[in-house]
Amino acid sequence: MATANPTVQSAGPISGSRSFLSKLREGDEIARLITFIFAATVVLITVALVYELWTSSVLARHKFGLHFFVSEAWDPVLDEFGALPFIYGTLVTSAVSLLIAIPLGIGASIFLAELAPPRISDTLQFFIDLLAAVPSVIYGLLGIFIVVPMMRNVIYPALNKPFGFLPIFKGPSYGVGMLTAGIVLAIMVIPYIISVSREVLLSVPRDQREAALALGSTRWESTWKVVVPFARTGIMGSVFLALARALGETMAVTMVIGNTPKIAASLFAPGYSIAAVIANDFTEATGELQTQSYIELGLVLFLLTFILNGLARILIIVTTQKGSKVSN
Amino acid sequence: MKRTAVLLMAVLVAGGLVWAQGLLINGAGATFPYPIYSKWFDVYHQKNGSLQFNYQSVGSGAGIKQVTEGTVDFGATDGPMNDEQLKAYQDKHGSAILHFPTVLGAVVPTYNLSGVSGSLNFTPEALAGIFLGKITKWNDPAIAGANKGVSLPAGDIVVVHRSDGSGTTYVWTDYLCKISDEWKSKVNKSTSVNWPVGLGGKGNEGVTALIKQTPNSFGYVELIYAAQNNIPYGTVRNAAGTFVKADLKSVSEAAAGAAKDMPEDFRVSITNAPGKTAYPISSFTWLLVPSKIQDNAKREAIKGFLTWMLADGQSYAEQLSYAQLPKAVIEKEKKAIAKVQ
Repeated sequence: MATANPTVQSAGPISGSRSFLSKLREGDEIARLITFIFAATVVLITVALVYELWTSSVLARHKFGLHFFVSEAWDPVLDEFGALPFIYGTLVTSAVSLLIAIPLGIGASIFLAELAPPRISDTLQFFIDLLAAVPSVIYGLLGIFIVVPMMRNVIYPALNKPFGFLPIFKGPSYGVGMLTAGIVLAIMVIPYIISVSREVLLSVPRDQREAALALGSTRWESTWKVVVPFARTGIMGSVFLALARALGETMAVTMVIGNTPKIAASLFAPGYSIAAVIANDFTEATGELQTQSYIELGLVLFLLTFILNGLARILIIVTTQKGSKVSN
Repeated sequence: MKRTAVLLMAVLVAGGLVWAQGLLINGAGATFPYPIYSKWFDVYHQKNGSLQFNYQSVGSGAGIKQVTEGTVDFGATDGPMNDEQLKAYQDKHGSAILHFPTVLGAVVPTYNLSGVSGSLNFTPEALAGIFLGKITKWNDPAIAGANKGVSLPAGDIVVVHRSDGSGTTYVWTDYLCKISDEWKSKVNKSTSVNWPVGLGGKGNEGVTALIKQTPNSFGYVELIYAAQNNIPYGTVRNAAGTFVKADLKSVSEAAAGAAKDMPEDFRVSITNAPGKTAYPISSFTWLLVPSKIQDNAKREAIKGFLTWMLADGQSYAEQLSYAQLPKAVIEKEKKAIAKVQ
C-alpha cells in the first residue's frame, strides 16, 4: 500500500497533463480558451460600463444621494437635478408600448406560425425582419408626420370624449406626448415580438399538436391550449427583448414625447424619457454637476433595465415551474 | 491579389506621409456658426495647402469643456464663458482663454396661426408673458394691442422651446432676462433652463416641425434657419420702442450699438441693444483661443487664421445669412490677436 501510494498520486498529474497536451494538439483546449475569452469580454464590458458610470457620477451621487430618485426638479441654472420625471416617462411609455404590442405581436405570430400557409408566412416574415431593421429615426419621422396629427385629430377625440373623466385621458392634447411615444414604440417593438415568437412557436414539436388533435381538440384549441403554453417561455423572452428596446429607445421617443420633464397623470401630456434627455442635453451641459447628473441618469437607466430583466427572469422561472407542475 | 495589396499599402503609406506633413488644428464647439466655420476652414485650407482645420460641431457646452480639458486647440461657443468657467480654465492651464467674436446671429419668434398671413408684432411683455405661462390666449390684449387689425384666434397658445441645450436658447433666455425681472428671478439664462411651460423640440428642425404640426403654437428659432426654410417670423419691439424685423442689417445694428462700450474680453451680450433700428434678440458667436499656445506652428496658424477671418473672411458671412462684425469690433479684435502667445 505504502509503495502503491506515490504511483497513484503521480498518475493523476501525468495523465492529466498528457490529456491536456493531446487536447491542445487536437485544438479543443485552444477553442475552449478562445471562446472563454470571448464570453468573458461580455462580463468585462458590463463591469467596465457600471464602473465608468459609477465613478463619473460621483459628484452628483454625493450631492443628491437617494433624493435623486424622488426629486422632480431639473434646473440647470440652479444646479438642481432629480430623476423622477424621467424614470416615470421611461416606464410609462414602455408600459404603453407593451400593452399595445403584446396582443398584436403575439396574435400575429400565432397566425404566421400556426394558421397561415407557409408561403404567406415566409413572405410576411421577410417584411417583419425588414421592419425590425429600420433605423429608429425613421420611426420618429413616421411619428411626427403621421402619428402626431392622427393623435390630435382621431385618437384624442375618440378617447377624450367618452373616457375624459379618467385621469389618464384628461386634459388637452398637443399631438406629442407620452401616449404618442408609446404608440411609436409599440410600432417599433412589434416586429421583435412577432419574429422571435414565431420562431418559438414553429419549434414546438409536432407531437404536441398531433396529440392534442388526436384527443379531439379543434385546431384553435390545439394552438391556444397546447402550442402557445408550450412556447410560453420563449414568447415571454420576446416580450422582454421588446421591453429592453422600448426602455432604451432614444431618437424616435425624443421626436414625439414632447420633451418636458413633468409628471402628469394624463397620457396626452408631454413627458420625457431618460435616454431622450441624455441624447438631447448631454453635449451642451454647462457645469460639472449637470454633466454628472446625466451620467447618473445613465446609471439609473442601467439599474432600471437590470431590475426589470431580473424580474423577467423570476417570472419565467415561476411560470415554468407552474407549467411543469400542471403537466405532471 | 498580392500586387494589389502591395499597391494599396504603398498608397496608404504615401497618404500617411502627406498627412503627416500638413499641420492639423482641431476645434470643437457651437453648431450655430458651423456652416460659416466650415466654409472658412475650407477656403483657408485652399489658400494655405499644408494647413488643415478640423472642426467638430458638438455644441457650445462641449466646446468649452473640450478646450478647457485641452483635447482641442480651440473652442467655439454661442454664449460667452462665465466667470466660473474662466477660472476653471485659468486653474488648469495657468493662463487665460480669449474670446474672439466671429459673426452675428439672431433668434426670431415664430408661430403657426391659421388665417394670419402677415408678420405679427411682439412686445417684450408679450414674449415674456407667453414664455412664463401668464399669457395663454392668442387674443390676449398684450398680443392684440400690438397687432391692431389682425383677427387673432381665441385658442390656447402652445409654447414650443428647444429640448436640447443650445446657444439659441441661451440668446433667447438672455433676452428674456433683460426685459423681465420675473423671468430673471424664476428661470434665468442658460443653454437649457427649467421651462415654466411648453413642449420641447430637438434642434431648430425639431422646433419647426412641432410648430408646423401644432395649430396655435409659438416658439423661437435661429434667424438663419427661419430664413433658409421660409418660416414666417414676427417683429419684436426693441429698446428704442420700434418694432424691428430681424435681418442682417438690424442685427449688425445691434452689434454696432454695443461696440462702443465693448469690454476688453469681448464677453458682451447685445440682446435688447439700444439703437433705433437694432434687432433686440441678437448675439455674437465666439471662438475660444488659449492665450498660451506652446506649439509655434499652431500658434502662428491660429493667429493667421484669426487675422484672415477678420478681413477677407467676413465677406463670406452674408451669403450664408450671418451678419458681419461692425468695423469697430474688428479693429479691437485685431489688437487682441497679439495677446495670443
